[in-house]
Amino acid sequence: MAAPKKGRGPSGGQGRPGRTLALILIAMAALTGAMFWSGDTTPRLGIDLAGGTTITLKASPEPGQSQSAVNQTNMATAVGIIERRVNGLGVSEAEVQTQGEENIIVNIPKGVDEEQARKQVGTTAQLYFRPVLNVAGSEPAQPTPSGSPSPSGSASPSKSPAPGASAGGDKADPPAAGAPSPSTTAQGRPVPAGLQKAPSPKASPSTAPSGAPSAPTTPGATTPAPDAKLQQQFTALNCADDKQRGKVGKARPQDSVVACSKNSSGQWEKYLLGPAELNGKDVDDAKGVIDQQSGQWIVQMDFTNEGSKKFQKITSKLSQQPSPQNQFGIVLDGEVASAPYVRETLSARAQISGNFTQQSAQDLGNILSYGALPLTFREESVTTVTAALGGEQLRAGLIAGAIGLALVIIYLVAYYRGLALIAILSLLASAVLTYTLMSLLGPAIGFALNLPAVCGAIVAIGITADSFIVYFERIRDEIREGRTLRPAVERGWPRARRTILVSDFVSFLAAAVLFIVTVGKVQGFAFTLGLTTLLDVVVVFLFTKPLMTLLARTKFFGGGHPWSGLDPKRLGVKPPLRRSRRVSAPIDPKEA
Amino acid sequence: MSKLGSLGARLYRGEVGYDFVAKRKIWYAISILITITAIVGLAVRGLNMGIEFKGGAVFTTDRTSVSAAKAEQLAEEASGHDAIVQKLGTGGLRIQVSSLDTQKANQVREQLATDLKVPYKEINTELVGPSWGEQIANKAWTGLGVFMVLVVIYLAIAFEWRMALAALIALIHDLTITVGIYALVGFEVTPGTVIGLLTILGYSLYDTVVVFDGLKESSKGITKQTRWTYGEIANRSLNGTLVRSINTTVVALLPVAGLLFIGGGFLGAGMLNDISLSLFVGLAAGAYSSIFIATPLVADLKERDPQMKALRKRVLAKRAQEAARAETAGADDAGRTGEEPGAEETDGAAAGAMVGQRRQPSRGRGRRR
Repeated sequence: MAAPKKGRGPSGGQGRPGRTLALILIAMAALTGAMFWSGDTTPRLGIDLAGGTTITLKASPEPGQSQSAVNQTNMATAVGIIERRVNGLGVSEAEVQTQGEENIIVNIPKGVDEEQARKQVGTTAQLYFRPVLNVAGSEPAQPTPSGSPSPSGSASPSKSPAPGASAGGDKADPPAAGAPSPSTTAQGRPVPAGLQKAPSPKASPSTAPSGAPSAPTTPGATTPAPDAKLQQQFTALNCADDKQRGKVGKARPQDSVVACSKNSSGQWEKYLLGPAELNGKDVDDAKGVIDQQSGQWIVQMDFTNEGSKKFQKITSKLSQQPSPQNQFGIVLDGEVASAPYVRETLSARAQISGNFTQQSAQDLGNILSYGALPLTFREESVTTVTAALGGEQLRAGLIAGAIGLALVIIYLVAYYRGLALIAILSLLASAVLTYTLMSLLGPAIGFALNLPAVCGAIVAIGITADSFIVYFERIRDEIREGRTLRPAVERGWPRARRTILVSDFVSFLAAAVLFIVTVGKVQGFAFTLGLTTLLDVVVVFLFTKPLMTLLARTKFFGGGHPWSGLDPKRLGVKPPLRRSRRVSAPIDPKEA
Repeated sequence: MSKLGSLGARLYRGEVGYDFVAKRKIWYAISILITITAIVGLAVRGLNMGIEFKGGAVFTTDRTSVSAAKAEQLAEEASGHDAIVQKLGTGGLRIQVSSLDTQKANQVREQLATDLKVPYKEINTELVGPSWGEQIANKAWTGLGVFMVLVVIYLAIAFEWRMALAALIALIHDLTITVGIYALVGFEVTPGTVIGLLTILGYSLYDTVVVFDGLKESSKGITKQTRWTYGEIANRSLNGTLVRSINTTVVALLPVAGLLFIGGGFLGAGMLNDISLSLFVGLAAGAYSSIFIATPLVADLKERDPQMKALRKRVLAKRAQEAARAETAGADDAGRTGEEPGAEETDGAAAGAMVGQRRQPSRGRGRRR
């Protein structure tokens, strides 16, 4: 390759080294500024370095499941789902593991919002869409001391063909079915999906607080009473009572059920609901968003194909019904999260509205997206743990690392002399970028630094330094060929650049694959490796190269000062060699 | 001037050169020996899998006056296995002991109760199934598999299949040696160790790719010249990147060595020590294999290529011819015959063909400029 590569030229951005350098310095200053501004001046540490909280969860079967549901398969599924919930972006270093037959341990590093994590971890997130059969205020209609049978028991096999008020309506479906909903805007006012939080049923506001027995708002005739027992339970239920509330709402999806709900004014209402028409599996994606119309936080759900079809069917049916049977209850873990009216046939998308804050809407969205746990989990214990790697060990490790780095600097200075300055400055730039980014990523995506990540960073020192070394050696090779420094810096660059890109690509590929395929700790490590590899490229291109170009213009380096590390004499260039090369043609290593 | 610098200069000028490729059999033999030792160690001693893989028991007590370090010692005595002790926020301890079954766990629990001076009932025992580590490790293996396939494809495209194959062999070589050392030293394998291995994988390939990049550059247009065989060119390219390899390895190893030796001196065996050992061995093996294993392997494979065989024939024929000519011309500079006239001829034939012979091309370039 005597000739420089065509088209590429020796350029490689030597155009305006000062400008490039200024750019990256500004970026570094901005990142540092942002870091101090955000107040997170240290990276968040993982549980092995900082300690944290351990939550032990105990599994029990969902209503309608037998005890044998607590098996390995379901536990593994649950671990997977919880893992994704607490570790949505894969870098928070939370650990989820099974322990024994029926426990799951969740380790959450210090610094993660513990309350939020606990909520996310424990929520089963069984989601059902059930048609509303009846609604009433919270108090029992009559003080019937009925033994309040557990819902699952009572719901008996009287699985009458969907109590869906209009059994026939199915076929009589208006052509509306042909017009699926995504035309949200065309539908005008009704919120995107045409679903609105039902105003609390007429009966409740007045009756609930007073406790006056309120008869069900709908005449029994229109209610296709699913089951007398259930009806009775419905009448007797007092949603304001925590104990009673805890018992209801959970039943096999194919059974009718009574459930409670808190309306927007904070009062309890009770619902009599038909069998589930859709469940959480029909939800493809969910997220907390601001409702454009009301300015309130809602959770918006996109259905899968299957889900859309079902949803279309149920909405077209419900929209024909009188109130309140044109509502359906979105039941989450046994409680009616919201019960919107259906005004027209819809598909594809639904939303849950209610008293959401930004946090709760986003949390629920997160939980729904990752699906329901196959089992119910109860918090067994929550304990704080110290770091597995004691503070002492960490300190000693840091000292050892610092000594190692000092040795690296001594070595570089001894070998590269003045060039070591560039290497050290570049390492420094890389360190500043890594540190600030890690600190900023802590709060931003929950990134936490753990021991493996530290290992990744230590190895990154080698990979980063290698880029400079490859480049320096190229420059020195060019000088040995008799070039002066400035052309050497430019001619050496394209070749060094290719080597750096090719090898960093492999490193990045490793990181990307591991990040996508694995979970937990390994994922966190892969993230660090990928990040440092990218930063290596950034630093070499935007920092080392321009700095080198600039310094080549100085007398110290350009003139080949003995301490610059670029002294032609020391590099073994023998000026006469050039002219009389023919005579003193180098001796080859003896051929094999 | 540092020795390496002048070594670099001499290497660069071709005044010295170590013939890595020709002596490859020695290196292969050494590597095979180490690998066999590693495999034997693995087979005989096996890996000391941590609690996350083997399962085990976790004992927790709400409060105790015994210190964590003391408790660790006591637990290890009581169980005969490694113990990891963590202090709990409540002033209690959490003691992890690996590979205990229920029965043994109860014995240990009784022993701990006496040792730690807490009532038997206040020690809470939980058994850990071996599932978690497996889950993590299984996914890591999947990742490793996917990565290997992708990287082989990438290297096959960016370089060629022989290099991809050689890089893969070098990678497996590094991983085997590291795992073997783990088995021989008997360090506990934790998910952290698995990560240490993955780190090595990244670095080993990285290093190999840097060396291969130089090789690819050197061997461009190789068929257009008749001066060197592929093996010789590979060797020259290796010598050319040798200084870089040494420097990079030193820079990468120094911090890890600090962690391993200095940190180890401070602390005795600890988690950091575990990881830094695997990194140290792995990085060293990675640097070694890219020079001594990967490149000679490529040369070996490449020499089997018909084109390269033909080239070799041509080169040898030419050398014989030149030797003969030199003999007739008189043996005054016998030391250099065979090279010098050849150089002139090639020069005349194809000035630009002196691919990557870095000490060489200045001639061609100088002329063109």
